[in-house]
Formats: sequence, structure tokens, C-alpha cells
Amino acid sequence: MSEIKKIKNLKEFSTSADRFEGANLLCPGCAHSIIVREVLNATNDDMILSAATGCLEVCTAVYPYTSWDASWIHIGFENGSTAVAGAEAMHKALKNKGRLKQDRDPKFVSFAGDGASYDIGFQWISGCFERGHDMMHVVLDNEVYANTGGQRSSSTPIGSSATTSPAGRISYGEKQNKKDMLAIMAAHGSPYVAQVAPNKWKNMIKAIQHGFEVEGPVFINAMSACTTEWKFAPEDTIAISDLATDSLVFPLYEIINGEKLNITYRPKNVVPVEEYLAAQGRFKHLFKDQYKYLIKEWQERVDQKWDYLQRREEASV
Amino acid sequence: MENNGWNEFEIGAMLRSFDGAATNIATTHTEDRNYSNSNSFTASVADWRIEKPLFNKDYCIDCQFCWIYCPDMSIISRDKKMIGVDMDHCKGCGICVEVCPTNPKSLLMYAEQQDEDVALAEWPEKETKEK
Ligand SMILES: Cc1ncc(C[n+]2csc(CCOP(=O)(O)OP(=O)(O)O)c2C)c(N)n1
Ligand code: SF4
Ligand code: SF4
Ligand code: SF4
Ligand SMILES: [Mg+2]
Repeated sequence: MSEIKKIKNLKEFSTSADRFEGANLLCPGCAHSIIVREVLNATNDDMILSAATGCLEVCTAVYPYTSWDASWIHIGFENGSTAVAGAEAMHKALKNKGRLKQDRDPKFVSFAGDGASYDIGFQWISGCFERGHDMMHVVLDNEVYANTGGQRSSSTPIGSSATTSPAGRISYGEKQNKKDMLAIMAAHGSPYVAQVAPNKWKNMIKAIQHGFEVEGPVFINAMSACTTEWKFAPEDTIAISDLATDSLVFPLYEIINGEKLNITYRPKNVVPVEEYLAAQGRFKHLFKDQYKYLIKEWQERVDQKWDYLQRREEASV
Repeated sequence: MENNGWNEFEIGAMLRSFDGAATNIATTHTEDRNYSNSNSFTASVADWRIEKPLFNKDYCIDCQFCWIYCPDMSIISRDKKMIGVDMDHCKGCGICVEVCPTNPKSLLMYAEQQDEDVALAEWPEKETKEK
């Protein structure tokens, strides 16, 4: 086993040398990039990475350029996870046969959007987890198919206006509730699943490093505030992310071995869900008289979920 | 390879991030790396900017919030100190300014054509909260 990188505080962390490069084509203020930086900088080990089709892939591998300073592969939309799983299986086989040139164990990480994880790549991810590959799957959860113009995914929350579920005179936008992917992946018996957010960097680094340490398939759902599709100004990415974590719309928690749930972040002052919604154009219509009841319902859903998470934590299940 | 068109570009091809051997990249900073022409580090997105961040080190407390939250690896920090902005890769999003906690801020957005010396000379005073 390689040593865990010591990251006591932000000053120490800032001595990291990024392995993800600028002049990629992600929008100014895109949180995908902040997430990638935090994952890559959490270790100094070699890395074998993949990205499923989506903003991250499309914007960081624009011929003739790559923005990746580690081994990186892209195949298709649905199979980023299996690309990394294949590399991991090969590494293991070569190691067992004593045919590795270097005795260094890399970290295997696949990045994919919510579209590529919750919907289109789901069965591939499920297969990787069932087979038990020693890898990490990181979802860049911006709750929408951003790269193709903002279609709804099964991660899009109720009331959000997406291009395939637009809000208007007779519709308030998306009707289905966000899929609970953490529960689904925990049910695979994964040794570690966690929901993280890049604005809570210390919390996130802890989760990523823990995920690197355990053996087996690890699932990370990383909230990725999307300036373009959520409709807020690029400089507000961190402020919006803070509203998301502090309103508990994105509660941060982990589930160990599919059964033990821990809340990993408790906001000192919980902000109303309304503040989070009001800060984004995708929820603008909810503030019309006709749809205001949805804001109340949303707050109730968030309270219920938080209550549920606390009960599970208390009961240690 | 730089000027190959799609017809010459083989499917399944590989781009190298560095020229020659690339070991211990995770502990080697940009200035000591041997980037290849196909690394996007060698390109620039400076022309995306309408506004640019300017840095006034007199007020900086080296908290590194700007470093961690910059999406474009454009805050240059060495030995735990913030030393400047990488103007080839900064897209002018303004996040670094928003997260900077000092008063006055150590980073501020200016029009792209703003002269740096003038901006530094006229840097705003500490803001006092109105009672
Ligand atoms: C099999 C397949 N279906 C559809 C597409 C078109 N497509 C490319 S990117 C994309 C959206 C990706 O959304 P998501 O996974 O959420 O990533 P994001 O862009 O939001 O980061 C779609 C639908 C494709 N490339 N392949
Ligand atoms: S559309 Fe959203 S996720 Fe895609 S690059 Fe822009 S900000 Fe990032
Ligand atoms: S303006 Fe944005 S891209 Fe430029 S240095 Fe600041 S955070 Fe980075
Ligand atoms: S956020 Fe401001 S105070 Fe902190 S390191 Fe950056 S410039 Fe300095
Ligand atoms: Mg998405």
C-alpha cells in the first residue's frame, strides 16, 4: 500500500501540483473542474482515469489537446466505468503473474455525469460494483444532461425547468423526484459510498482518501453546481454550493459496507430551501403564486430526508 | 502531429501529455514539467475573459481559498504562498474574488484592459460596516 497524502490544512494542500490542466473548454466557473482537482490532488499516487461522454470529457479532450496529466481513457457515454474496471482487472492479473514493470499500485477512478451514471451508464456501473473492482466512480452531479443542452435526467429534482421538462403555463417543470443513487449503490454492498460537495473541501478530501484506502468499488456522488444550466453567475459557484449544503438540499453523508450511515457535515445555521431555490434561474417559476406550494413541499421533503438520515445514524444502520 | 485533420487522425489514438519520461508528475510543478504540444497547458483561453482578476499581495493572508476553488488551475501557489494568477488559463469567472476573505479583498475583478499598476495604486480602502 502506498502512503496516504498528508493534507492537514488548506495551506498544506495548496502545495499540490495539479494533474489537470487549464485551457480546457469547461465554462468559466464550472464545478466539474473543482471536483476533479480535489479528487486528483487527494493523492500523489499514479492514476488511471476515465470520463464518460459529457461536459468533462468533451471539454478536456479536444483534439489535438488533452488536459489530463495522468493516464486517461474515454470510450463512450455508458462505459466509462467499465473502461477503468477493465484496466483494474488487467493490472491485477499482471501483478499476480509478476509481470508488472513497476511495483506501483495506481488509483483507478472513473468520472461521469449524472446522465451517464443515474441513467445511461447505470447497468455498467452496477456490473462493476457487483464484480467488486477496486475502483472509484465519481458522479459529477449537476442534475441535468448539461453537455447536450439541459435535458432532464433521473437526477433532476422536482420543479426544475429542463429543456425536456420545461416550466410554463401548465407545467412546473420536472415532475419526478431525484433518484436516490446512494441507497442503490450502498445496496450493492459497496464498502464505501458518500455524497460530497467541493465547497466543503476538507469533508470531500476525507471521503476521497477514505475511498482510496478501502478495497473494492467506491461510489462518490459529488454535487456539481452548473452555472449554465442552473442559471447563476459564474462567480457564484461556491456561494450556490454553500446554499445547497447548508439548506440540506444536498446533505453530506456516507454509508459504510452498505449498512452504516454517518452524517459527515452538519451546518451550523441551516438556511431555508427557499434561499437555495431563489438563487437559481432553473427554479424561477416556482416563485409564481401558482407554484409556490412546491417550495413548501420541497422544504418538507428536505426535512423528512434529514430526519431519516439522523435516525439511521443514531440507530447505526 | 499538430496539424493532422480528422482523416489522418486514427481512431483509438493516444495523446501524450509530456515529452519524454514523465515520472513523479504529482510532485512536480508546472515550471519543471516537460509539457508536450498536445497538452492543453500549452494553449491559452485568455481571450475568453471580459474581466480579469488582479492580485494585491499587501492584503493577502495566504488562506488559499482562491487556490482550492479556482476551476482553472490559475491561482499560482508555491510554498504555501499565493504568488499570482496564470493569465493564460484564467477564464475570468470571478470565483477567486468572491471567496477571498480579506478586507479589502486581495483579489478584485477589473476590465481586461485595466493597467495593473494603476489598479494597485488605487486599490480600495478597508470597508467599514455601516451602523
Ligand atoms: C449512448 C449515447 N447517448 C447519448 C449521447 C449524447 N450525449 C452526449 S453527452 C450527453 C449528456 C451528458 O450528461 P451527463 O452525463 O449528466 O454529463 P454532463 O454533461 O451534465 O456533465 C448526451 C446525452 C451519447 N454521446 N451517447
Ligand atoms: S454546462 Fe455546466 S457542467 Fe457543462 S461545462 Fe458548463 S458549467 Fe460545467
Ligand atoms: S477568475 Fe476564475 S479562472 Fe481566473 S483565477 Fe479567478 S477563479 Fe481562477
Ligand atoms: S483568497 Fe485572498 S487572502 Fe486567501 S490566498 Fe487568495 S488572495 Fe490571498
Ligand atoms: Mg449532468
